[in-house]
Amino acid sequence: MDMLLKQLPQQLVNGLTLGSVYALIALGYSMVYGILQLLNFAHGEVYMIGAFIGWGVFALLAPGDTLLLPALVMILLMLMAAMLGCGFLGVVIEWFAYRPLREAPRIAPLISALGVSFFLQNAVLLTMSARYRTYRTGLLIPRTWGISIFGATISFTRILVIVVAVLLMLGLHYLVQRTRLGKAMRATAQDREAAAMMGIDVDRVIVATFFIGSALGGAAGVLVGLLFTQVYHFMGFTAGLKGFTAAVCGGIGNIPGAMLGGLFLGMVESIGAGFISPRYKDLIAFCVLILLLLFRPRGLLGVKAQEKV
Amino acid sequence: MSNGPDWEQFGKDEWAAQEEARLGEAEAAGRLSFRLRRAWKGVDSRLKMLAALAVASMVPLLVHNSYLLRVAGLTGLYIMLSLGLNVVAGFAGLLDLGYVAFYGLGAYTYALLASPQFHQHWPFWLILPLVILVTALFGRLLGSPSLRLRGDYLAIVTLGFGQIASLLFLNLDRVSLPFLHLDRPLNITGGPNGIINVDDIRILGHTVETVSGYYYLILIFVALVFLVVFHLDRSRIGRAWRAIREDELAAQSMGVDVRRLKLLAFSAGAAIAGTAGVLFAAWQGAVFPSNFDVSILIILYSMVVLGGVGSIWGAVSGALILSVLPELLRSPEVARLIFYGALILAVLGLWRRARMRGLALLGSVGVLGIALKVTLTALRPAWFLQPELKVSVARSTFAPLMKALNWWMLFPRESRGVGNAAFVLALFLLLGVLRLKGTARYVLLVPGLYTLAFVWETRLVEEPSVTRMLIFGALLVLTMNYRPQGLFGERWVQKL
Repeated sequence: MDMLLKQLPQQLVNGLTLGSVYALIALGYSMVYGILQLLNFAHGEVYMIGAFIGWGVFALLAPGDTLLLPALVMILLMLMAAMLGCGFLGVVIEWFAYRPLREAPRIAPLISALGVSFFLQNAVLLTMSARYRTYRTGLLIPRTWGISIFGATISFTRILVIVVAVLLMLGLHYLVQRTRLGKAMRATAQDREAAAMMGIDVDRVIVATFFIGSALGGAAGVLVGLLFTQVYHFMGFTAGLKGFTAAVCGGIGNIPGAMLGGLFLGMVESIGAGFISPRYKDLIAFCVLILLLLFRPRGLLGVKAQEKV
Repeated sequence: MSNGPDWEQFGKDEWAAQEEARLGEAEAAGRLSFRLRRAWKGVDSRLKMLAALAVASMVPLLVHNSYLLRVAGLTGLYIMLSLGLNVVAGFAGLLDLGYVAFYGLGAYTYALLASPQFHQHWPFWLILPLVILVTALFGRLLGSPSLRLRGDYLAIVTLGFGQIASLLFLNLDRVSLPFLHLDRPLNITGGPNGIINVDDIRILGHTVETVSGYYYLILIFVALVFLVVFHLDRSRIGRAWRAIREDELAAQSMGVDVRRLKLLAFSAGAAIAGTAGVLFAAWQGAVFPSNFDVSILIILYSMVVLGGVGSIWGAVSGALILSVLPELLRSPEVARLIFYGALILAVLGLWRRARMRGLALLGSVGVLGIALKVTLTALRPAWFLQPELKVSVARSTFAPLMKALNWWMLFPRESRGVGNAAFVLALFLLLGVLRLKGTARYVLLVPGLYTLAFVWETRLVEEPSVTRMLIFGALLVLTMNYRPQGLFGERWVQKL
């Protein structure tokens, strides 16, 4: 027990890092759900493709063991490329797989989303093979960089992940609360038809939502790549499910909730992994999901909504 | 059928139920698919079942290749599984993404009780009812949250349950219990190595060992499951399920016991999957966690969706088509034949009202191919393989066709990178085709089809297993978008 308590600060740091990544993924689910009441199963795959785009940019700009650009510029470029690429991918997915089904029974877009997810996974398997690709993070950020507080070492990579995630979330918060587009998004989420009658171009809002949500997912992919260094075609499935869990934890459709849910899930998972066994890390996350949905389906922050008939 | 009410239409939304009649007056004469459907509906169901059973039972007499017979047996298992999934997702409209877990649960239960793992060798007739009971119970457990959750939350909870099951299959090989002191960790499922040396099935003193033996056993079970599902569909229960699917609130206010019926759907589906799992475990003689992963779930959904959600014959034919087709793709030659055949038929079918335009399209694709081949091989001969190297013409049954292909298609020496790039390009071109209208669509189709064929030759033919998965994924999206009712199903109600 004493040993475990000594590990606690380290697990908390791990949980914070993991949680900020989950929060980024969760935001994509939550934003789309808030506006369309649609569960975008393909979001995990978007995140995976973001990780691969980041890897591609890295491989392009760091042939051999030398960096062509300063490390900070490289990280920025990787993030930008992944966010743009994934944002575009999200828009394409919405366009082809969800838009035609907007008025269909609920099961139809879900099955369509399942198909998209499976297709993307295998498209990456076909083009990139099943081999794990490695981010050589050590080239960008020396492994020895870091600080220690209360017996926990926080590597610079972890700090970077947390800082980038927090900056992105602050940016999103500003966008949603302070801009015209954000206002339109909130209005659409509240009542799509009424928003359309007020002159809001709902289709444009939906496209923007998919773009932003997917871009955040792509950024999460790059951050995970930098943190855990290995990316592969199947990484999106579990991450997607966990991102969704985080979104549900905070109350789906609720943006601050998604952030909180991500942190909560990250903490639970790291502490569980530390105290029980790392083998059951995923198991713990899914059990949290199920218990939560059974006992508090509206999430930690969600309000009980009246079901429309 | 002509006298009295049509029981199959009961519990169905009126608009959906009258689809036939509306179509019938407007278009009956013109559409081949409609006439085929009418003819199919006109045949007595018992006759269709007997015919299907007769054909299926002749398979081992006609096929002596044990590999093909294995495929036939697996097809039977898939039919069983999609019939079960059809009960949950089709009849009752519950998106159960944990379905494969029951398949795994059945298989693992059999493997644990009939293998050297724990030195248990229970007889089949004892395990089967037990498995049915256990899986039905777990189905009920999984279903109970569905009473509180709406469609997409239900989907995710069941997916979570499914993941937990497969994580348990994978991780229960070194279990240490906190209160029981064991001298070494308990190995229950064998982890990634699975459980091997599972007993064959013994019934009435006979041990089923041969491939054809298992084929007949599976066939018997498929027939039984089919009968059960068929009668369920036509019973009071089936009508109530349809009513719940179409409008839960309306069904409830008409006195349907929604709670009981949803749970029943879950446990019926689970029990069928569990039975299929038992047969699978005994037949394969081993179980591994990878036999029950997400891809099986996607394959099953593709089958049910292709056949038509909620249609029994649809589930059967979907499973039949999608388990036989990938086997045909294994041989590059047959795969090519199917691919180009399907492409040409699709173009001709889509332009059936303007056949000349369709033919012109195919002609342009052909000309584009020849032009590219001539110019590029003249400019950069070193980039490409000599024609005869890639497609072996000599021993081919379809020699002229393969020869033509050799002269039409480019075969780059470095096929991987180019093929991957072409794959992405083809996706963009075809997505563009789907979005555009009129002439632009027509013009974009020419490079689109050529690139698709190029990708097919450079990448897809060489990796049949990935190709198969890509086809399943694309099929789900395309069916949902363009024909949500599948091959046999009725059109869905559009809620406005």
